[in-house]
Amino acid sequence: MDINNFLEILTNGSSISGHEYRLNDKISSAFKIYTDDIYIDNLGNIIALKKGRNNDSNLKIMMAAHMDEIGLMVKYIEDNGFIKFTNIGGIDPRTLLGQEVIVHGNRDLYGVIGSKPPHLQEASEMNKTIKMEDMIIDLGYSKEEVEKYINIGDVITIKRKLRALQGKRLTGKALDDKSGIVAMYECIKELSKMEYEADVYFVSTVQEEVGMRGAYTSTFDINPDIGISIDVGFGSTPELPKEDTLDMGKGPGITLGGNIHPGLRQQMVTIAEEYNIPFQTEVTPGPTGTDARAMQITRSGIPTLCLSIPLRYMHTSVEIVDMRDIKNTAKLLAFFIASISNENLEGLLCY
Amino acid sequence: MLLKKLTEASGISGNEKEVRDIILDEIKGYVDNIKIDKLGNVIVYKEGKNHSKKLMITAHMDEVGLIVTNIDALGLIKFVPVGGIDKRILVSKPVLIGKNKIPGVIGSKPIHLQKKEEWEDALGIDQLYIDIGVDTEEEAKKLINIGDYISFDSDFVEFGENLIKAKALDNRVGCSLLIEILKETKDIGFYGVFTVMEEIGLVGAGPAAYSVDPDICIVLEGTLCYDVPQIDKHLIPTYLNKGPAISLMDRTTLFDTNLRKKIIKIAENNKIPYQYRKTAMGGNDSGKIHTSKDGVITTTISVPCRNIHSPTSVMSKYDYENAYKLLKAILFEYEKGAL
Amino acid sequence: MIFNSNNLKELVSIYGPSGNEKKIREYIEEQIKDHVDELETDRLGNLIARKKGNGKKIMIAAHMDQIGLMVTDIDDKGFLRFTNIGGISPHTVLSQQVIFENDTVGVVSAEPIEDISKLKLSDMFIDIGVSSQEEAKQFVDIGDICVYRSNYGENNNVVFTKYLDDRVGCYIAIEAIRRIKNPKNDLYFVFTVQEEVGLRGAKTSTYKIDPDIGIAIDVTASGDTPKAKPFSVSLNKGTAIKVKDNSILTHPKLRQVMIDTAKENNIPYQLEVLEFGGTDSGAIHLTREGIPSGVISIPTRYIHSTIEMSSKNDIINSIKLLLKLLEKDINL
Repeated sequence: MDINNFLEILTNGSSISGHEYRLNDKISSAFKIYTDDIYIDNLGNIIALKKGRNNDSNLKIMMAAHMDEIGLMVKYIEDNGFIKFTNIGGIDPRTLLGQEVIVHGNRDLYGVIGSKPPHLQEASEMNKTIKMEDMIIDLGYSKEEVEKYINIGDVITIKRKLRALQGKRLTGKALDDKSGIVAMYECIKELSKMEYEADVYFVSTVQEEVGMRGAYTSTFDINPDIGISIDVGFGSTPELPKEDTLDMGKGPGITLGGNIHPGLRQQMVTIAEEYNIPFQTEVTPGPTGTDARAMQITRSGIPTLCLSIPLRYMHTSVEIVDMRDIKNTAKLLAFFIASISNENLEGLLCY
Repeated sequence: MLLKKLTEASGISGNEKEVRDIILDEIKGYVDNIKIDKLGNVIVYKEGKNHSKKLMITAHMDEVGLIVTNIDALGLIKFVPVGGIDKRILVSKPVLIGKNKIPGVIGSKPIHLQKKEEWEDALGIDQLYIDIGVDTEEEAKKLINIGDYISFDSDFVEFGENLIKAKALDNRVGCSLLIEILKETKDIGFYGVFTVMEEIGLVGAGPAAYSVDPDICIVLEGTLCYDVPQIDKHLIPTYLNKGPAISLMDRTTLFDTNLRKKIIKIAENNKIPYQYRKTAMGGNDSGKIHTSKDGVITTTISVPCRNIHSPTSVMSKYDYENAYKLLKAILFEYEKGAL
Repeated sequence: MIFNSNNLKELVSIYGPSGNEKKIREYIEEQIKDHVDELETDRLGNLIARKKGNGKKIMIAAHMDQIGLMVTDIDDKGFLRFTNIGGISPHTVLSQQVIFENDTVGVVSAEPIEDISKLKLSDMFIDIGVSSQEEAKQFVDIGDICVYRSNYGENNNVVFTKYLDDRVGCYIAIEAIRRIKNPKNDLYFVFTVQEEVGLRGAKTSTYKIDPDIGIAIDVTASGDTPKAKPFSVSLNKGTAIKVKDNSILTHPKLRQVMIDTAKENNIPYQLEVLEFGGTDSGAIHLTREGIPSGVISIPTRYIHSTIEMSSKNDIINSIKLLLKLLEKDINL
């Protein structure tokens, strides 16, 4: 499948943290043709295994990109059928007003997010954010009708279709971290044409947005020799400090800091330079807010890497990603994996 | 569907051409005289029995939106609002820019890089910009010009029980009512006027009223609706699904009491549900019309719209249908000379 | 099912703040020892009771620890300064009586303060009615922990008392242990320690048991008091099946099994979307390779006060749901 198509399927779908199963078939069927084994674990992580060649030492590399996305959840139904909601994952309430949503009950219902109109507000209120608790979802049905389809606890997705902007840029919701899944997918395709030693586990993790929960358990299960998280990084825009951001279209950020194994990182940089793959440096001194954090501290500790795909307007419904960055991430991952053998790993891990 | 076509067209105040063309195309053959005046108002006359009183029915064609003011070195587009837009609804929305409808998005700073206090303040227009996916001013300028109008990218959706979501329901819903009544009535002589630039200060209505010089005017509108259970009843401007709203007063007009009472009688006689528009906030073309020349008797009949002036306005087909019935019943009385 | 007030009354009255659960553990041990196949206390002090069966390995967790105050300083006049063990609000603890493990009783008060909304625990103290440091030290020492002392109350509908959190969960688990005769599934009832300070006992006991399924039993809030924030759980409308809190998004399939079980047996239930807090299942589900987990919650008003209030019917319905669930062939 073309990676643009795959990205479209993933972002247009719904996989709010804890309810990722709606995408299971899409992801499994895409990876399946390239894998030796694929299964879904207890918490819902999709684990796809692609075996290496002559891997007598049982060398294991785990890649993790999270399949969950931020979203909303029904917490209360008003007497006139309006829905009150809470957030799942980090959402700036200011990005919600005026959005169209799908409430996933026993049937999917369309609705819009509203609040008090400006005409009825004091001038002083106009400069204040409308709180999430003061917003409602209008489904256009009476309470009686709403309760036929919707229950407390049902998840809600912002309705947004992936759309092409200029050049190779695409905009949509949940490109964080569907872009990472697509990069893994492109990587597994690349690896199918290559020789490498390690058994590679491509893990689409769950519940990253609520605390990397899926990465903890899947890493425990796989117990890899190397863990690589593929997530998104802050794309540069004028209002953000340059040092916190990555430029769009200039390759993935290779994270540097305490969460990252220095020897493995050097190898990643060497490979990028050797194959002329553009990359940027992302500095995160402490734990990254990615699955790499969970991987690092599982069991006896696992050396980890983190690649960040530049993404603008993170956690809004108009995130932007550049397809060139996704492709370069995939390429870098594939060449990196091919460069790792049981023989050289010990040297790379040596402090 | 007519309303779909009308709401999906772009017609930011001062740039109503797309909407005007749809209207002209719809009504041609159904009216006896069409004139586009110097401001862009569409003034049509439908011949019929002569009356001592001259009736004008108006609806404004324009909608609120944005306009390009600058393109920066990174190809990001700065804008200002056209008409009353709550700046808080702009973040995280897709938009379409200019005649070629170039897609772009209004993003915001990632939540991860914000302090919690930052959330409490609404983002100002000066903090927002549109990203069309280019990296340089040069690339952007090949596609976009300063002064291009920007509309929300929001399609027409039917949902729930009888509801419609669209942008620009204020006031394509009025245009749609006026088009339909122009097409359907026969032998009733009246003026239909589609005005420009209502949202930026009732610009088109005054000159149009001056030309037509009517005795009575009915303004068709989409009006604000906020009907949540927590709010005190007297503060609810209008409800959805309770029929067309008849205005008492707003910031621009104290509507004529006798005309209002006659209209309510017509509604009651015909068993058409109606409600009062209970807020004094807002204003519409009537402000300029009722003070034109030696004065005009006016009323406003509105279809309630939740989330007005946003990309996701919501109205009820039931209210629309009843507004139409009421309008028809009024014309019937007018024909009898009873207005 | 008859509501056994005496047992609950005893449970809420026994000393057992986080990290010092010995007394409550011994009481529970006594209550269940004749009804279980295996009984052990692990290194952190969790009480693990097994009822053998051939089906799925299910862990049921109710925490036996309670919030309290730890003495950090004794001044010259014998006043005690303290810090909190678990979630203690200054406004709730003000003017309360407290009791230490050795039955020493004290009262909590505060330094004079102009703006009561600025009250902090660090400005407060415990008075045990002595006149010197020396005298105080005959009764308490730095590091001792005291808990709320107040009366148990009830009427036909509700109970109101300190420490329903989570002795009511223990009560439900004990009732289940006594009522299940030939378990279909392999049941591990765990009375956990140190939930109030970070789900610590659940973490280690789950690692040890390595169950197929985890179910926590704990209190949740109630949204039915005047001007409460919208929250769809009320007293006396049934047991609550958790969808989320800050520690877990419950396993959707397990949650559905719980809902179906309630429906099949006409047990009234409510769905719970809690915007704060967490409970043992938060730790359980992230253990090892991950464990599908759910929570049976008891709607409770005024949590972490001395007047926590739950409905007797809700408690009974929680027991019913747990019993029916544990007897089920659960396939996720």
